[in-house]
Amino acid sequence: MRIGFGLGILLSLAALVAALVSFVWTPADPTAMAIAQRLQPPSAAHWAGTDHFGRDIASMLMVGARTSLAVALLAVGIGMAVGVPLGLLAAARRGGLIDEAVMRMNDLIFAFPSLVIAILITAVFGPSAVNAILAIGIFNIPVFARVTRGGALSLWTLDYIRAARVAGKGMARISLEHILPNIANLLIVQGTIQFSLGILAEAGLSYVGLGAQPPTPSWGRMLAEAQTMVTLAPHVAIFPGLAIVATVLGLNLMGDGLRDALDPRLRRAR
Amino acid sequence: MTLLRLRDLDVAIGGTPILAGVGFDLAEGAVMGLVGESGSGKSMTALALMGLLPEGATVTGRADFAGRDLLALSETALCGLRGREIGMIFQEPMTALNPLQTIGDQVAETLIVHGAARRAEARGVAAERLARVGLPQDRFPLSLYPHELSGGQRQRVCIAMAVALRPKLLIADEPTTALDVTTQAQILDLLTGLVAEERMAMLLITHDLAVVSGTADHVAVMQAGRIVEAGATEAVFRTRAHDYTRRLFAASAHRPDRRPPPPGGEAPPLLEVRGAVREYRLPRPGPFAPHPALRAVDGVSFALGPGESLGLVGESGCGKSTLTRAILGLDALQGGEIRLAGVPVGPGMDPALRARVQVVFQDPYGSFDPRWRVERLVAEPFHLTGRPDDWRDRVGAALREVGLAPGDGAKFIHEFSGGQRQRIAIARALIIRPDLIVLDEAVSALDVRVRAQILDLLAALQDSHGLAYLFISHDLSVVRAVTDRVLVMQAGRIVEDGAAEAVLTAPRHAYTQQLVAATPKIPEDWM
Repeated sequence: MRIGFGLGILLSLAALVAALVSFVWTPADPTAMAIAQRLQPPSAAHWAGTDHFGRDIASMLMVGARTSLAVALLAVGIGMAVGVPLGLLAAARRGGLIDEAVMRMNDLIFAFPSLVIAILITAVFGPSAVNAILAIGIFNIPVFARVTRGGALSLWTLDYIRAARVAGKGMARISLEHILPNIANLLIVQGTIQFSLGILAEAGLSYVGLGAQPPTPSWGRMLAEAQTMVTLAPHVAIFPGLAIVATVLGLNLMGDGLRDALDPRLRRAR
Repeated sequence: MTLLRLRDLDVAIGGTPILAGVGFDLAEGAVMGLVGESGSGKSMTALALMGLLPEGATVTGRADFAGRDLLALSETALCGLRGREIGMIFQEPMTALNPLQTIGDQVAETLIVHGAARRAEARGVAAERLARVGLPQDRFPLSLYPHELSGGQRQRVCIAMAVALRPKLLIADEPTTALDVTTQAQILDLLTGLVAEERMAMLLITHDLAVVSGTADHVAVMQAGRIVEAGATEAVFRTRAHDYTRRLFAASAHRPDRRPPPPGGEAPPLLEVRGAVREYRLPRPGPFAPHPALRAVDGVSFALGPGESLGLVGESGCGKSTLTRAILGLDALQGGEIRLAGVPVGPGMDPALRARVQVVFQDPYGSFDPRWRVERLVAEPFHLTGRPDDWRDRVGAALREVGLAPGDGAKFIHEFSGGQRQRIAIARALIIRPDLIVLDEAVSALDVRVRAQILDLLAALQDSHGLAYLFISHDLSVVRAVTDRVLVMQAGRIVEDGAAEAVLTAPRHAYTQQLVAATPKIPEDWM
């Protein structure tokens, strides 16, 4: 368990560091083409080789990490910013009309296959990183609303919430002062999981050409472009694939580890 | 003949000693009580005998049971023994049964697991055992699920499972603590009857001296992982050779010094409840049928004068808690009215009025936000009055008043014991100087000695601040010790109302008589 948590942090940090370093330095210009040097295997000059335009894959991966992380982070942000207040509201008015309305809206969003809707949004408003963020973010809203409501519901029955009501505090104040800090663990854990799912979704959207547009490098599009050359130069597909797998695996391991580290019951059981 | 001979039982968990040199003899067919406060090691002793200690526990000692040393047996051998030779009943009947299995299957499972019967026969035996514990087939078919039964009925199912194979030893760990007094009396009757009839020995673990005095032939008193005194129940209880036993007895019979109640009559009542009705909507029985209503509070009326202590007694489900929530102005009534100092009480009430009534809840562990510091927790009711500039000093003063140090304000709640937490809850209720404090089972979860201290504290605070208390409890002896007047509530109605002493010594209503009769007592001449 501990090893998994450590590995998760390491992998996630690696992606983050690559993204941050890419702002100031990359091994080569990720957009500079050199057709003469195309499809070169990994070497000292090109750590991860070059693609069919002769661009440096290692540099593209670093800049691509920037895109992936930014899109996933903003999408989680949208999901939390809208979903958490909705969940708190639903829990505060549990059993009432507002609760019913919020939860049925959630069901409605859940009922659509998320990728299809994302494709729809980007198809209507044109493919761009911003639209990918919106599309992924909207599907994070019901996830956070549900997690928030579930956690909040069990807290609303506790005596300290009743004591706060006896102290004259309203629903909004209790939600902010007592409920939210006590479900923060849940939200952090869910946040890391949604973050990794967001990276996958962004890669998926870019793969079908609906994410960040060229020449901005993106892991998903690198995979798509490598598809026809897999037999010729497998490294062109392997490195972006590894980047996605490592980052998603790292975030999931970190999420699991956080869940155990933050849950006092699990801590005692171990 | 000795059935179980326990010698020098030492248990340590993670290096911390839990039990030291525990030993006793249990004869065949005898009942032995193991009493002590929480954390004294009663349950750990039972778990050690069953080989069910938590991970990381080390055990030394000897427990000879029917020719074998229980502490030296392998897990496989213990599995064959548990349920067959030793049965066990736990405190919480609500979680001791599998909610997805019928009661018949659960009792039959014990028989099948031990190869004592095939499936078809097992159901027959299960039916017979359930009938023996008071769940006859015509009213309680084997196909019932646990959620269809009350707490007492579930405990009966647990007993049926424990005795299905007629074990030689039955270990009952606080079997009636979670039950109402009338149910407790029935379950204790059932257990003593079963033990006598089937020549079983029983190890009865409880914190309640009165329960032991009426049930067990022998008793062992435990303190901090040791048995400090043991012997025949009557002899131990009469002589009380050990200091700890004496203190336990003093605490359980403790009555705080209280000044006489203020002369009533002229003063207008502080709290007035008139014809209060509170209904809950139940789920529709059919898709188009109207919602049936459950009347949890049904036309309750009473008045509470300033500085008075009023007791409200009743069993779980009688509507006490619903009435409390209405008095605190958390829920609206469907009929009647509640007035505090002449002003109606309700969810939209004025903060200044709300500030005149505060509350202390039962559970010292659920009453505080674990992420707040104590000073912020205690200061929370200032929300009603506006937080004064010297709030930290006031919190410090309130903490000192309840017997804690002002510096405790900077700590988190998990650093305090149950009794200390209840003191903090009282400080929180006191901080805005209310006229009335509702004590909702405020001492029920505490050990006897801590309970006696809290009752003393409440009496002293009433004296110094002129507080009125509404003391809600299921425990008649506590209510009698701290209140002037008592109301008895049954099924949403007040069935008896009078001076505490009179109601509890000479009850008039049949229900009150039943409650008083069911309350376990240590025989008068032993005291």
